Amino acid sequence: MGNVLGLVFANMHDMTVGDLTKNRTMGSILFGGRYRLIDFPLSNMVNSGITNVGVITKSNYQSLLDHLGSGREWDLSRKKGGLYILPPFGNVTTNLYRGRIEALYGAKSFITHALADYVVLTDCDTVTNMDFKPIVAKHVESGADITVVAHTGVYDAEVINGSTVLSTDAEGKVRSVLIRPDISGTCTLSLNIFVMSKKFLIDMVSDAMARGKVSFETDVLQAKCGELNIMAYEYDNYFSKISSVATYLRANQELLVPENARKLFPPKRPIYTKVSDNAPVKYDLDSKVNNSLIADGCIIEGEVENSVLFRGVKVAKGAKVKNCILMQGTVVGAKSDVNYVITDKDVTIGDSHILNGAPSYPMFVGKGASV
Amino acid sequence: MFNKKECVAMLLAGGQGSRLYALTQTVAKPAVPFGAKYRIIDFPLSNCINSGIDTVGVLTQYQPLVLNEYIGNGQPWDLDSIHGGVHVLPPYEKASGASWYSGTANAIYQNINFIERYDPEYVVVLSGDHIYKMDYNKMLNFHKQKEAAATIAVLDVPKEEASRFGIMITDEDDNIIDFEEKPKNPRSTLASMGIYIFTWSKLKAYLIANENDKEASKDFGKNIIPDMREAGEKLVAWRFDGYWKDVGTIDSLWEANMDLINPNIPIDLYDPAWKIYSRNPVMAPQYIGKNAMVQNSMVTEGCYIDGSIEFSMISDGVTVEEGAVIIDSILMPGCVVKKGARVEYSIVGENSVIGEGAQIGMSPENITDKDTWGVAVVGHNINISAGATVAPKAIISEDM
Repeated sequence: MGNVLGLVFANMHDMTVGDLTKNRTMGSILFGGRYRLIDFPLSNMVNSGITNVGVITKSNYQSLLDHLGSGREWDLSRKKGGLYILPPFGNVTTNLYRGRIEALYGAKSFITHALADYVVLTDCDTVTNMDFKPIVAKHVESGADITVVAHTGVYDAEVINGSTVLSTDAEGKVRSVLIRPDISGTCTLSLNIFVMSKKFLIDMVSDAMARGKVSFETDVLQAKCGELNIMAYEYDNYFSKISSVATYLRANQELLVPENARKLFPPKRPIYTKVSDNAPVKYDLDSKVNNSLIADGCIIEGEVENSVLFRGVKVAKGAKVKNCILMQGTVVGAKSDVNYVITDKDVTIGDSHILNGAPSYPMFVGKGASV
Repeated sequence: MFNKKECVAMLLAGGQGSRLYALTQTVAKPAVPFGAKYRIIDFPLSNCINSGIDTVGVLTQYQPLVLNEYIGNGQPWDLDSIHGGVHVLPPYEKASGASWYSGTANAIYQNINFIERYDPEYVVVLSGDHIYKMDYNKMLNFHKQKEAAATIAVLDVPKEEASRFGIMITDEDDNIIDFEEKPKNPRSTLASMGIYIFTWSKLKAYLIANENDKEASKDFGKNIIPDMREAGEKLVAWRFDGYWKDVGTIDSLWEANMDLINPNIPIDLYDPAWKIYSRNPVMAPQYIGKNAMVQNSMVTEGCYIDGSIEFSMISDGVTVEEGAVIIDSILMPGCVVKKGARVEYSIVGENSVIGEGAQIGMSPENITDKDTWGVAVVGHNINISAGATVAPKAIISEDM
């Protein structure tokens, strides 16, 4: 898909997962043992043949830059196209953009100069293995102004509360848009992945900026729903949407169902990430591990159940880890007992400690903390 | 001077590795998987970059496809430098004709031009079939300090094992005064590790002289080192005291793998200051299932484990189904062990499939005639049908 430009919004929805984005962007949140959320949209683009990708950032993007580097791990270190990181551009009216429209305006020159007819825009809050090819093809065929990738299903308030909800007619045309409604049940959820032509995108951004509009969701999708041809693309493959710390925990734990993991990590459409050259996982004499996802570099001497362990986690003798997400470099001391706990990077839990969270409100331990 | 490198490494990776049988039928020995996520060559390559040697020539001629693809541009080892980096050096046709590498010395001789491009003072010559972590810089400093023509790394081995090695006899200043190949009654316990540092100007002269000698076997151990000694060059032995293992045989390959999970063996793969790098297979983290039992083992990315694993090394992308039992074994990348199969004291090659209920190898406890016991080997891309039995010590290179 040489005629498609990819745009990834690394910071959108930062505020929905407060604790996790204290030191980083939404895109650089750690996920699934060895990934960061941005790995999914970037890999999806590369696997769909989109090799010209811009990443729009706003704040806290040090970890993101460190992660992306030259884009080599995604095969995006290219002479033609490749990865472009687009931090806030000082020349715009405000330094930090307030909404998607302003963010796009800041990247206008990059978009204008890209050799592309169509643009795929995606946030980092949907974890999925998506092929953009049929979506772009459908967009072109339907003649829509905007195609919104969506899924109709039954959702609880936790998910819907952080999402954009569409109502569509039988042909999939979007008739009305609700933003962060306080409802639950069956609805069509926007996955915050959009396709439009480059020309439409540039015109839309210029027009909205001229009128002082900054939000794509409110000022375009919602306000112009009747006037524009907005189509929903019903997406059926496995995905999970992260809109709070609890849904983050849930999305990680869903990977413990092998069927979900197979859909997210099919061998022919790999999810790429930064390589960190860890040794394999070492299981000790008394280790007991069940139903867990373990990344390389871990050393397991204790018990682990229903958990996701990132690279280089150490679980000492006699320790029990249940229903936890332990990020990179976490150490659980001997005979400690942790349940429904999310630890950020480099957390140390001393010996013989008991930490308990709840499924709906997991205990979160911040980066580098010692318990 | 931009083009100058103080030290260039030449890695001998051309051997067929015939003693690994089924495991090297389609793969050069240095590219044989090792230690769950590595290949043997990761160790010398990582040692090079960790020692600050960023120019490495890999001499290859047997089944180079997998090895070449694996090394690629050298990026995983940070050996993709603009000047230097890793270069795969197969034999090539010259104006004067073409010839295979006829020996270790001849392989270096044929690449004198490669070495000269970097105008090095020293050349370190390495083997592609050893597992160890070594700072070549320490050895190089010793070589410089002794003003030697050649320095040979040696390991102090137990006396009863000395007759398996090339033994160096030294004086009190570590000068090599004599050597003997696999002696029945060793006069010393210093075994050559097959790691040499040469002062390049000296080595070059001896390589050319050796090449012109039609009778010579073009080998470092048989020609170059003895020639240098006869000519009175200063040869010194540098003592290495870490872990080192030659993995040239099925048994030593199996043992070296098991050493990684033996807490009493001093090789640490988790040291951030001396990482062993490897090409990443781009796979999800391993999933340890509800019925799994994993103890005393190493398992890496992309694995799906629902069976029971003890004292084993499990490489990337391996599936061990429910009820399957893996004991004291090595599963290479992409293997599948189906329900209820038992793999004991075995090495299973890449992408091989062990059918339901099959029995591969056996633990020595269950065998009365110990002479018939040994590590069983299933080669690469082999299908073992359901319920089949592979005897201990058997080597399987065809479907059964």
